[in-house]
Amino acid sequence: MSDAPTETPDAPDAPAEEAPVAVQESTPVESDPVREAIVTQLSGAFGDAIIDSHIARGDLWVRVANDKWAEVVAFCKATLGFRFFDFLGGMDWLNNTNLSGEKVWDPDAEKAIPADMSTGYAGGDSRFQVLCRLFNVDTHMGITLKVDLTADAPTVATISHVFAGADWHERETWEMYGFNFDGHPGLRHLYLPGSFEGFPLRKDFPLLAREIKPWPGLVDKEPMPGEEADEEEVPE
Amino acid sequence: MTVTETASEWQKAAYIAGQAADARVNVELETEGMTLNIGPQHPATHGTLRIVVRLDGEQVLWADPVPGYMHRGYEKLCEVRKYPQVTTLINRIDWLSSFANEVPFILAAEELLGVEAPPRAQYIRTILFEMARLANITLFLGDMGAQLGAVTPVFYAFRDREHVLDMIESATGGRFHPNFDRVGGIKDDLPKGWIAEAKDVMERVRVFCDQMDQLLVGNEIFQTRTRGIGVVPSAVALDYGLSGANLRASGVDWDLRRDDPTIPMAWKHADFKVWTHPDGDSFARYWVRLQETRESTKIIDQLLDDLPAGPIMTKVPRIIKIPEGEAYVQTENPLGVMGYYVVSKGDLGPFRVKIRTPSFNNISIAPWILRGVYVPDVITILASLYFILGDIDR
Repeated sequence: MSDAPTETPDAPDAPAEEAPVAVQESTPVESDPVREAIVTQLSGAFGDAIIDSHIARGDLWVRVANDKWAEVVAFCKATLGFRFFDFLGGMDWLNNTNLSGEKVWDPDAEKAIPADMSTGYAGGDSRFQVLCRLFNVDTHMGITLKVDLTADAPTVATISHVFAGADWHERETWEMYGFNFDGHPGLRHLYLPGSFEGFPLRKDFPLLAREIKPWPGLVDKEPMPGEEADEEEVPE
Repeated sequence: MTVTETASEWQKAAYIAGQAADARVNVELETEGMTLNIGPQHPATHGTLRIVVRLDGEQVLWADPVPGYMHRGYEKLCEVRKYPQVTTLINRIDWLSSFANEVPFILAAEELLGVEAPPRAQYIRTILFEMARLANITLFLGDMGAQLGAVTPVFYAFRDREHVLDMIESATGGRFHPNFDRVGGIKDDLPKGWIAEAKDVMERVRVFCDQMDQLLVGNEIFQTRTRGIGVVPSAVALDYGLSGANLRASGVDWDLRRDDPTIPMAWKHADFKVWTHPDGDSFARYWVRLQETRESTKIIDQLLDDLPAGPIMTKVPRIIKIPEGEAYVQTENPLGVMGYYVVSKGDLGPFRVKIRTPSFNNISIAPWILRGVYVPDVITILASLYFILGDIDR
């Protein structure tokens, strides 16, 4: 009980206050010379292959061209000191789920990519992306690398020869998203049985639990204050 | 010719003869390779992990872990839930330290929302986080003995872990799955008398650590079976993304509690030491975890002394809608670095949650580390890497 309760927790190093700006088109909101230097270094080494970057809240996102993916990751490890492999994961930007509880999946509907599909920080040209997060244990900085994959034949080079730990992450992404990792030593199922069909984490894969039975929280829920206006439609 | 020369000549001849005899035996006793299936049910796996091991005699040629027996698809399920509902799911990822699972997700949501929990909530969060660490690691400290054939330590561990769980239960109402963290703070304040009781429990845990020191660390059998077994060099550990005590046991001095002051938690107000070990073997991993448990009790003691007064919730809207953006927050969980990559599209629930669990990376090194070891060491190495199946399979 020693600290005064009036003490404000806002340290000067908390730029999170600027967060709720809706869409920042990859313009740095605050000056971050260290991360800007990293982007400059990457752009100097790879030129146009570094498509876009984004710095916000003390974090860094860099979008890389598909054909230079493995080289950029190797450069980050060898030259920039991002030696700790954090994770690799897939991303599907298709606007297809919502929390309304309605059936979001209709097998007869044609699967068109909505025009207003947003693709997050550092942008994206395609529905599919692969994210890779690396960390520098000496300077305590992280970097998120992104790469676009074409929607009809999503393929990207493997990085399992750069980071051995990426092996399993790529296997997981392969089975969950159907992305092909060129040069991977063995893309086998990791979690799912071998006979599984479909790619569960894609946005057009139906979550059957929700298709069969409406979400209980929606059937008998009381309207929240201020929410009464749009409370008429209750899914059957 | 001197005596020593004669002796060395004789030794050399004996050595060559021995080698020749061995070679002959190996030719005569040509062993067939054997595929051994470990698990899915084995006490060392903390769940159901199957490991297919190819053996040549007593030596492992290759090992291939087969996870997925407990895959629950949390990343998909998170996409159809609202932010406050997600914590119920992610409690079950690493079920031995549930509260610690909630924290990075809530911190990511808070970062996107642009709020920060008040100081008192940060302190209580950190205290419960460290208690979750104690509940998790005390079990490991005893269980490691059980894997080596020492039955006593595991009973000690369960006995003293129960006191920690009692404290978590009396504060949160949940023994294993508290579901106590909220966007903007925590659900309740601490009950009356909790602080004094918690300090007693910390004292008990410290006594438990001393007992483990005497029972296991100084034990000759324990040392023989763990020292020099399953060595992971630091470069390999970083390549595979090993984290937590596994990484620190390989000599990498990195702990997010100390090294990331931007995390809005109370670790920066506590004084503690981050232990590392240069060896990188099974013994080092046990030893680092034992020291960490002691440091953890010290952190809790300090934070309980300095607990500030004030509110436990900051002002957040009743219906939480997170603005568009992406955030990745990772914390130093009992098993290692756990992080949530949260993508929001301005909805009531997350658009995508990528869950980075420590055990997934920690066990992905198994094919590398098990190559060439002997069968009895397979279990001790896996036990010392310490994984929880829910943390691998998600």
